[in-house]
Parts: sequence; structure tokens; C-alpha cells
Amino acid sequence: MILTVNHVTTYQYDAPMRAAVQSLRLFPSRFDGQRTINWEVAVEGGIRGGAFRDGAGDKVEGWSLRGPVSEVTVSVRGQIETIDTAGVLRGHRETVSPFAYLRETAATWIDDGIEALATEATKGAESDLDRAHGLARAVAEAIAYVPGTTHAHTTAAEALAQGEGVCQDHAHALVACARAVGMPARYVSGYLYARDDGEPHEAAHAWAEIWIEGIGWIGFDPANECCPSDLYIRLGSGLDAREAAPIKGIAQGTGEESLDVTVALEAVQQ
Amino acid sequence: MTDYFNEMYNSGKVREPYLRLEDWRRAMPAELRQMKQAEAEALFRRIGITFAVYGEGGDPDRLIPFDMFPRVFTQNEWRKLEKGIKQRARALNAFLLDVYSRGEIVKAGKIPAKLVYQNEAFERAVTGFTPPRGIYSHIVGIDLVRTGPDDFFVLEDNCRTPSGVSYMLENREIMMRMFPNLFRENRIEPVDGYADALRRTLASVAPAKCDRQPTIGILTPGHFNSAYYEHSFLADLMGVELVEGADLFVEGGFVWMRTTEGPKKLDVIYRRIDDSFLDPLCFRPDSMLGIPGLMDAYRSGGVTICSAPGAGVADDKAVYTFVPEMVRFYLGEEPILQNVPTWQCAKTDDCKYVLEHLGELVVKEVHGSGGYGMLVGPKSTKEQIALFRAKIEENPENYIAQPTLALSTTPTFVEEGIAPRHVDLRPYCLVGEKVELVPGGLTRVALTEGSLVVNSSQGGGVKDTWVLAE
Repeated sequence: MILTVNHVTTYQYDAPMRAAVQSLRLFPSRFDGQRTINWEVAVEGGIRGGAFRDGAGDKVEGWSLRGPVSEVTVSVRGQIETIDTAGVLRGHRETVSPFAYLRETAATWIDDGIEALATEATKGAESDLDRAHGLARAVAEAIAYVPGTTHAHTTAAEALAQGEGVCQDHAHALVACARAVGMPARYVSGYLYARDDGEPHEAAHAWAEIWIEGIGWIGFDPANECCPSDLYIRLGSGLDAREAAPIKGIAQGTGEESLDVTVALEAVQQ
Repeated sequence: MTDYFNEMYNSGKVREPYLRLEDWRRAMPAELRQMKQAEAEALFRRIGITFAVYGEGGDPDRLIPFDMFPRVFTQNEWRKLEKGIKQRARALNAFLLDVYSRGEIVKAGKIPAKLVYQNEAFERAVTGFTPPRGIYSHIVGIDLVRTGPDDFFVLEDNCRTPSGVSYMLENREIMMRMFPNLFRENRIEPVDGYADALRRTLASVAPAKCDRQPTIGILTPGHFNSAYYEHSFLADLMGVELVEGADLFVEGGFVWMRTTEGPKKLDVIYRRIDDSFLDPLCFRPDSMLGIPGLMDAYRSGGVTICSAPGAGVADDKAVYTFVPEMVRFYLGEEPILQNVPTWQCAKTDDCKYVLEHLGELVVKEVHGSGGYGMLVGPKSTKEQIALFRAKIEENPENYIAQPTLALSTTPTFVEEGIAPRHVDLRPYCLVGEKVELVPGGLTRVALTEGSLVVNSSQGGGVKDTWVLAE
């Protein structure tokens, strides 16, 4: 499938800021499921900094803006060919050991609720792959998709306790559950193209990857109860949403920030 | 009573390196000694060296007691130590390069994956990035203790930002000023080449993108930090910049200093702040001390950070146990310096042993430093031991234990004359284009009679450390 992406993020400040610095993880991952045709990331009025590919295979680019800054606009425009790999992250080059993804973070803290869900969901499973599918199912059942009930800093445990959340909460919960049963897991950020079914969809998306010995990293999207397919575009990963965030930024000053995001994904007719 | 090795008086004789000091001591009347001691203190006060050794906390304006009686090594003793220290510094760096890339030592089963990858000091953010020359720890401080003429043990490694080197330099300076004759009578290897060597080391790891004489800066948390004196002292000696986070910004993939003549590019940062305060975009989002974007500039080759972020995974007290294995694995050599046998309370059998022998052992927190959170069994009360028993049972993974070592003593000036006091040694090994070590280090001395804790926060002092030339 060939997808075009048009993603614009605008930060506005009610008082001018002294300066702003950003670290962007907005580039498609390189693996068998994705072939970038063209891709452009720009920060309006910004100065491009160093770029590198990190140990997890993600491309990261730094940007900065000289003050006074009252608005920061980050735009992504690109076209990409996607191929369904049944969720397997095949052909992805990275150096981080999977064991580094067993560490808990504040957002993926394993409390009794997570522990219990993970244990219950993996009972009787015969392989790691079974275990992973079981966990993804259990998380999907335990947390209903209800926007507006959680926020950016809601933890996996909190979302599970209240039984509602969005894709970030699903991904956090699955990551925490997998780690609770000793399986390395990570948070993935990217885009999801939703077929025109009349329902509104969030095109900026997040899911989880679980390490299966002998196969490698496999994606699981509990929010949609499936593995990522050619409808997904993978950007980057991390221990949790904060680490995997496509845009990390800091603006120095006292102004209040407001955020506006538009993401448009279209399939190119072939 | 334990028999301690006295480095000066042994079997009724004065050991060879101390022969001239015996005459010096005998020839010094008590009044002169007191006068000199007061003079030394005044000198220390005047130059303002009043800081605690790294991580020890305490009052930053407190003077650490200086003992005028030098600690002496022969050339032969030093050569062996030097070889062992350099070997260890190379192995620690090889380990860091490995665990942030292929992790061969873990794959080979020589060290548990959990200990490395789930270690708090392991920085996933720097995996896959190779710092210039593959070096992570550019200044390795190795804490050594001695138990006999030829028996040295490594107590711990410091791969991040070991401090105290200004004491090594100032102790020498002050001794030379007060006792010039002593330095004419004894041929003592100089230590004042340290600042040049450090500058050379830092310059040798300039980033790939630097195509001229690198600009070097020391990054300090500021004047409220207990080691601020050392930061400014070293910057002065090396003729490099002393900067705080607020003086720096990142633009175009480089780090810039704000100066009165406009921005100036900074190529090498000798940081004296912890990883978590380096860059709020990468580490602690709540940190006001850091430089946003620094880690991106670092990882894209625009600046070098010394020591490299993530270097701390090599000096963790639980990882320490495996350093001899690192020497064998990476260098194919037998370790010259021995580790102190260590029980890991995380292991059930070890923990059982430790709990049964608390009265004889030294128990430490895995991530603790500075002599806090530590139990010295033979010197503790029943209540203190009971308290530690409860702590270990509550969280065994947080503790290790070692035998109480019979630390050597050296003569130290006390009220009544001289008396033996326990000492340790921290030499500073520099790792850059070359691996080098100035002949000397910081000797810390436990001034309280019978005490085995040399930390300044617990009543420790410092001494000038001599290596005799041949």
C-alpha cells in the first residue's frame, strides 16, 4: 500500500519564549514492512541540528529556534510504501539488547493489577507467541477505548484500574504486562491509516512490541485487537510513551503552551 | 586483636622508603610541628580548598584535615600498582564499549544480562553510539587498600567523575612550601604534570566534527556544589573554560558557550554533573540544570562528553565483582589487582551467609557512596546490626558484603606525637589517546583511633602521597 502523510503540529505560546529546542523522531523505521519514497521533516523558522540513528534503529534529528518564539510548527510530509509483515519487525537493524526492555518506568509501573492480569492472561499458554497474543487480548478486554478519560501522564496501572483509555494506555498496559511475565516489551509510536468506514479515527497512533525469542520483535495493537499491518507506519520506540515520543521539545520562558495537531493519511490509488 | 600492616614500622624496623622520614620526624620538636600544622591549615583556608570528596555531602565550607606525615611508596611498589590500575581502566572501558554495542560479555555468559541491562546506570539512549576512540571513562579513580607488603585490593572503581584530585595536587604544593628540605633529601616523583595530562586526554577525544584545536570546558553544577573548588581549580590549571548549564546552548548540532564576544563553540565537555541532569529532553524532564538538545549534539558527533553518559554501569558495586572477569575476557590477561571477596545479598546463599556473619562483615548499599548506608560489623552495636539485618531482609538486592579488611596503617601526627592510622589510596588514571597515571594519588586517612572508615564525612583526613624515584 502506498500512503501519503501530512502531519502538522503547532505549539503556540501566549507569551514569547526565549528559545526552543526539539528532538524529533519523525522518520519511518527501516525494515521489510516499509519503503520510504520521499519524506520531509521541517520546523518553520528553525535551525536544523545533528541527526543520527540510535541503538534502537530510530532516526533522530535535533532542531532549535532562536527567540523570541511565539509559535513552533513542525511539519511532516511524505510518501511511503507499506507491506504487511504480520506484525514482525523483520529486517530492522538495531543494537540494543532486548533485555534492556525489561526495565520498568513510571508510566509502565507493574502494580498488583497489572501483575494479576498478566498472570491470568498467560495461564496455560504454550509458547511465548501464545503468551503475547493472550496478553494483547486481555489488555483489549480490560481497557475500553474511551477518549478523554485519561491524559498524557496516566500510567498503565491507573488506566487498567479505571478500565478506560486510549491507544497510549493500551500500549502502556501491554508493555507493563509483558514485562511482568518477563518478556521484553516496548512502546511504539507511528501512524495508522483507517479505511473509510465513516468512523472518526486518530491517525497518530501507538502500539506495543514484544520480543519473542527465535522470531524477534512483534507488534501488537491492543486498541484494534490486531498486529500492525500495511495500514501502519512505524516511527520509533522506547520504554514508554515519553521515550518514544515523535516530538520532544522544550521552550524556555514563562508562556503557557497550547497544542494543535492535524494528521492526514491518504492511500494512493494504484 | 587484628595485626595491621604498618607501612613504616615493621618487625621493629623502619621500612626502606620511610628511612629519611624517620630522621625528619625525630628532628622535629613538638612546637615546630604544631606551628607547621597551623601554617598548613592557614594555607588551605587561604586557597579555599574546603570541599568534600564526591558524594560525601557535608558542609561545603568545612576544611578536610590535612596530615603532614607523608605516605610513601617505593618505585617498585608503584610500578606494580600502575600496571594493575591501567589494566583495570582499560578493561572497564572495554566493558562499556561492549555493553553499549554487541554485548559479547553477556552473550558469553560471563555477567548476568539483568545486572547490565536493568541496571539503573545503563543508558539505553547511548547504545549504538561509539564515542571518540571508543572511550567512555576518561578519568578512572580506583580506590585501593593495602593489607600487607605486597597485598593490594580494589575497594571500588569510580568511572563517572571521581573527585579529590585537587587534594593530590594541593597536598603536594603545601608540603613543598612548608618542608622544602624534605624534597631535596628525598627524590620524589612529581605529580604536577596531572593538569597537562588531563588536558591532553580531553583534547585527544575531540569529536569527529572538530577540525581545529578543540575548545574544552568543565561543566559544573555551580558554586553551591561541594566540589566547586575542584572544578574551578582544574579549569584554571588547564587553562580551559568553567561553565554552567545556563552558559551553554545547542544549535546546528553543536554546543555553544555564551561569551561577551558572542557564541563560542565548545568541543569537549568534562562534566562534573550526573547523567540525569545533562539534558532534560533525554533524561529528566524536570531538570533545570541541563542543556536541552545536548544528547542529540553528542550522539550526532558534535561534542564529546567526558565521562560518557552511561559510564556508571561499570562502577556499580554489583558489577564490581565481575571486573576481574572483564580483564580476562577483553584483555586476555590475568588481573594484577585483586578484588575484595564480595557476597551479593541478591543471591540466596550469599545472603544467608551475610546474615549469619553480620558481626564480622562490612555491608554496603549497592548504589550508596561516601561511607553512608554502611555497616562495619566489628565496630557496630547490637542495635546497629539488628537494624541492618532488617534492611537486608527487606531488600536483599540492595546490599553487598565484604570481609572487614585489615587496612594498612601509616604514621599520622596526633596530639601525643605520631600514631598508626588506617589509610586507603585513590589514584587517577587518565584514558585518552594514551592510558596514563601520574605517580601518586589521594591518600585518605581515618583520623579516629581504630577507625577503618576513611571518608571525610566520617572523620577522615588526607595526606601527601609520595612515589620515590629510583
